[in-house]
Amino acid sequence: MNIELAQVSRWYGNVVAVNDVTMTIGPGVTGLLGPNGAGKSTLLHMMAGFLAPSGGTVTMDGTRVWKNHHIYRDIGLVPEREGVYGFLTGWQFVLSAAKLHGLANPIEAARKALATVEMEEPKDRRVETYSKGMRQRVKVAAALVHDPPVLLLDEPFNGMDPRQRMHLMDLIRAMGTAGKTILFSSHILEEVERVAQHIEVLVAGRHAASGNFREIRRLMTDRPHLFRIRSSDDRKLAAALMLDDSTGGVTLGPDGLEVRAVEFRRFAWLLPRVARDQDIHLHQVSPADEDLESVFAYLITRST
Amino acid sequence: MNTVVAGITYRALLGRRRIFLLLLLPLALIGLAVMLRLFGGDDPRSAVLLMEKFAIGTMLPLLGLIAGTGVIAPEIDDGTIIHLISKPISRPVIATTKFLVAASLLAVFAAVPTYFSAWLLVANEEGLAVGFAVGSLFAGIAYAAVFLLLGIVTRHAVTIGIIYALLWETLVGGFVQGAQKFSIQQWAESIADSISDSPFLQTQVTLGFAVPALVIVTVVAVYWSGRRLRAFSLTGDE
Repeated sequence: MNIELAQVSRWYGNVVAVNDVTMTIGPGVTGLLGPNGAGKSTLLHMMAGFLAPSGGTVTMDGTRVWKNHHIYRDIGLVPEREGVYGFLTGWQFVLSAAKLHGLANPIEAARKALATVEMEEPKDRRVETYSKGMRQRVKVAAALVHDPPVLLLDEPFNGMDPRQRMHLMDLIRAMGTAGKTILFSSHILEEVERVAQHIEVLVAGRHAASGNFREIRRLMTDRPHLFRIRSSDDRKLAAALMLDDSTGGVTLGPDGLEVRAVEFRRFAWLLPRVARDQDIHLHQVSPADEDLESVFAYLITRST
Repeated sequence: MNTVVAGITYRALLGRRRIFLLLLLPLALIGLAVMLRLFGGDDPRSAVLLMEKFAIGTMLPLLGLIAGTGVIAPEIDDGTIIHLISKPISRPVIATTKFLVAASLLAVFAAVPTYFSAWLLVANEEGLAVGFAVGSLFAGIAYAAVFLLLGIVTRHAVTIGIIYALLWETLVGGFVQGAQKFSIQQWAESIADSISDSPFLQTQVTLGFAVPALVIVTVVAVYWSGRRLRAFSLTGDE
């Protein structure tokens, strides 16, 4: 199944949370990547029918999502907020989901869903006694109980330990391979890279980039990089680097050089050679803007 | 009516400590009735006073607030409502189920204790116990609907509900002549008055106005609750 967003916007008063986003989410695993506050949850809520778009349309295989409770036959939803009744046991929670879906054999469906997330053993404990990761898995089980063709997960790996994270990643990949349409949001590039075949990048409410992880990686590596370099002769190194086109600019400061590399690959190749030829010792080479925020900042200037 | 939704809602409201909230006022009412009886106040006049001022005037709107908002507002607050509304069940069905749960709780925790405490004082004399119990039952149903709606439309349901229950119902509804027509409490008393033949019970609102008013308020509030829930928007953290 496909989820189609056509020029979707959402604003709260004067604040624009999602700005003119058009995308189609098809079968397989799609990662919705963006920093915190980019509008990922807002976008997911609109896809899940929990929020009306202020403009544009959200449809699932041509059917409007907003104010249409029939779509939940085909959607499994794992919300970011806890949203689990603490007074129910894990079993009761998942079973209630199966019954609310009106499944023919709710007990069998609940048992299977709990097995899928490896929660059979603690299933008879109250949810309030669970760790965050266990709650997360019970939520996933409840979302999977009716074997939906579409699965929406909002920051699903938050609060999970590495083993649980690996397990859920395997599960998501397997379901994606089986032809389900899966969308999950995350602010961590590595998470998205490891699970998603396709990545949609959302920055400040705007659809900043789209592609497979190689394309997104390339976008992110091909941007101008900023390096901090300390060497035995900063001034000489600066002059030598400036001779090559891969260097966009150099600032000479008391703590060394700040070099803006416009061509990352060439610069990475060039720097050690220049140092060797000029007989300069490199003491430190460190990226000054490797954090995701600056990557996003670049993508957003690129998309405007 | 959806039994799974109802089951979860009952458990949320009756589980553990929450039930004490619902028990507190009825126990106080029965306690007052017992004391009146012990100290010789078991006459129709005292019974009517206790019913008007405490059972209908204080306990009923407060219990209505606890049950009516309690069936949905905490779920909206902590996000657990997603579990129910992300299912192929029409939202009006969810709202109606929540309403029925609240109304049934009010029947048990308000109408029954109302009957019992009036009966403690005057037994079946002058039809007071039955009158107030039926009045309390119908008004409880209306309160369940109104406070359910309030719990859906605003996150400040409890504050607004208390202001409504105490200010409007007790002060304005009690003293301002014109406003009395538009008070659920007065409608309850009108029903009690029509059943009972006690000379101590006098109401300003006719039964011909009170009954249709109760029906209209209930139906409109439940219908509107369903509509509002249908367009229910989750506001994210962003």
